[in-house]
Amino acid sequence: MNRAKINRLKDKAFKYFGIFASVIGIVILAIFIGFVIYMGIQRLSWDFMVELPSRFAENSGIYTAWMGTVWIMVFTTLISFPLGVGAGIYLEEYGKKNRWSSFLEINISNLASVPSIIYGLLGLGVFVRMMQMGNSILAGALTLSLLILPIIIVSTREAIKAVPSSIRDASNALGASKWQTIWHQVLPASFGGILTGVILALSRAIGETAPLIVVGALVYVPFAPQSPLDEFTVLPVQIYNWVSRPQEEFVINAAAAIIVLLGITFIMNGIAVYFRNKWQNKMQW
Amino acid sequence: MDSQTKSNQPKTSQVKTKPKLNSKNQSFKLQANNVDVFYDDFQAIENISLDIVEQSITAFIGPSGCGKSTFLRLFNRMNDYIDGFLMNGSILLDGNDIYDSSINVEELRKTVGMVFQKPNPFPKSVYENVAYGLRIQGIKDEEYIENRVVESLKQATLYNEIEGNLEKQALALSGGQQQRLCIARALAVKPSILLMDEPTSALDPISSGKIEDLIHELKKEFTIVIVTHNMQQAARVSDNTAFLYMGKLIEYGDTQKIFTNPEKDRTQNYITGRFG
Repeated sequence: MNRAKINRLKDKAFKYFGIFASVIGIVILAIFIGFVIYMGIQRLSWDFMVELPSRFAENSGIYTAWMGTVWIMVFTTLISFPLGVGAGIYLEEYGKKNRWSSFLEINISNLASVPSIIYGLLGLGVFVRMMQMGNSILAGALTLSLLILPIIIVSTREAIKAVPSSIRDASNALGASKWQTIWHQVLPASFGGILTGVILALSRAIGETAPLIVVGALVYVPFAPQSPLDEFTVLPVQIYNWVSRPQEEFVINAAAAIIVLLGITFIMNGIAVYFRNKWQNKMQW
Repeated sequence: MDSQTKSNQPKTSQVKTKPKLNSKNQSFKLQANNVDVFYDDFQAIENISLDIVEQSITAFIGPSGCGKSTFLRLFNRMNDYIDGFLMNGSILLDGNDIYDSSINVEELRKTVGMVFQKPNPFPKSVYENVAYGLRIQGIKDEEYIENRVVESLKQATLYNEIEGNLEKQALALSGGQQQRLCIARALAVKPSILLMDEPTSALDPISSGKIEDLIHELKKEFTIVIVTHNMQQAARVSDNTAFLYMGKLIEYGDTQKIFTNPEKDRTQNYITGRFG
């Protein structure tokens, strides 16, 4: 066999390995989703969405859980978006590049891989106990914000890095101040990327269970939250609770709740893709 | 470092006295005095002194990495953004040191405009591109802005080509048109100096020709400093030419003299294409 043939063979081998790897990921996900839908779809109904939780599986609804999820997500967004994007802008545009900044950079990346339950313990110690917020929505949202801040900071920095320096030069050379260049040129050009990062981070937050259990999300909340200082539960906690019950009916409830949670996540990711495409079409060089 | 250089290499001390330009009573717009530039440990510019004549075109030529772009970017302080940048000596604009701590860099850049190697319009309309420099100054008078936009586009000989369609996307223009848009954008804020960093190196010969014609026109109003790789271009457009090599100013003087009868062998070798 000559060299060209060997190369062609290698080419083919890698191609099939790639197909195999992709199929594994997609098939497993499809089986999982199919199974959940098969189990839960029968239970999905308007009543299921608007009923309060109950100790009887057939009367139980997820009203308080998804309301709690919405409250938590709104506050997590309000807290983490400005902080994360602000930190990203500072590190990329203002911070001097030296040993201290690269130390900081490595540690922010490390923070993204700290187990979420550790953040839960931190939230319990700082927000719930020290700052006496109790097991409230605010404490939960602050804890989740800490959890996803590193992801938002890193993706903001990546998005800003992708803005060509020629645009910055052009703006600076016309006498723009640093902030004017950031506000008029860098942020509009990188906003699609920043938004994608933020929404992907929020999609992670929406599925988190462990830190919220530690912070004190309750399993049984007989009312929907009225203010950020109310007690709460969220969908993943409700699901976790139902799955751990022995009765078959509760497991079916859990499957139905998973469908709702997946639905919310898909919608959020859809929004992310929409905005990314919209901004990328506008920004082409 | 500076004294060492002097004692070891007596040749550089010749450069210390400014090269005389046979100026016909022209005044000097920009003056560089004993300028050294360091990037951390690397010395990019070594003890360069030269004067730039008002309302003339001065070309910097030299091989890649000789420091000509670095030197150009000193005049509007664009090197300030580079980590480890350090400068000794002084640069005077109309007699005022632009590296003085009292200087407002943003104000300086309104006086000293710049055009870059690669056309870099903003991803906006033609109108908004040219208006940008005025808007960031806080000018709200839309009528004034529109007048400046049209005037600048006409001055940059782009207005007729786009048939007054100011809403056209800047990135939809051809490369040469984009570069003239960038020139119009720089002109809109009424600078007195225009720095051009290889403005035609990304363009085809016809577009380059149009830019050269434009540069000739602009000379009536502006002091132009142009960095170029293209020696024919330097010979065609400039009044004075500076040849830089390895961070040093080798020769500076009347363009015609530099290209026909240079004093230094190195200049001769470079312009005849024997090296670089």
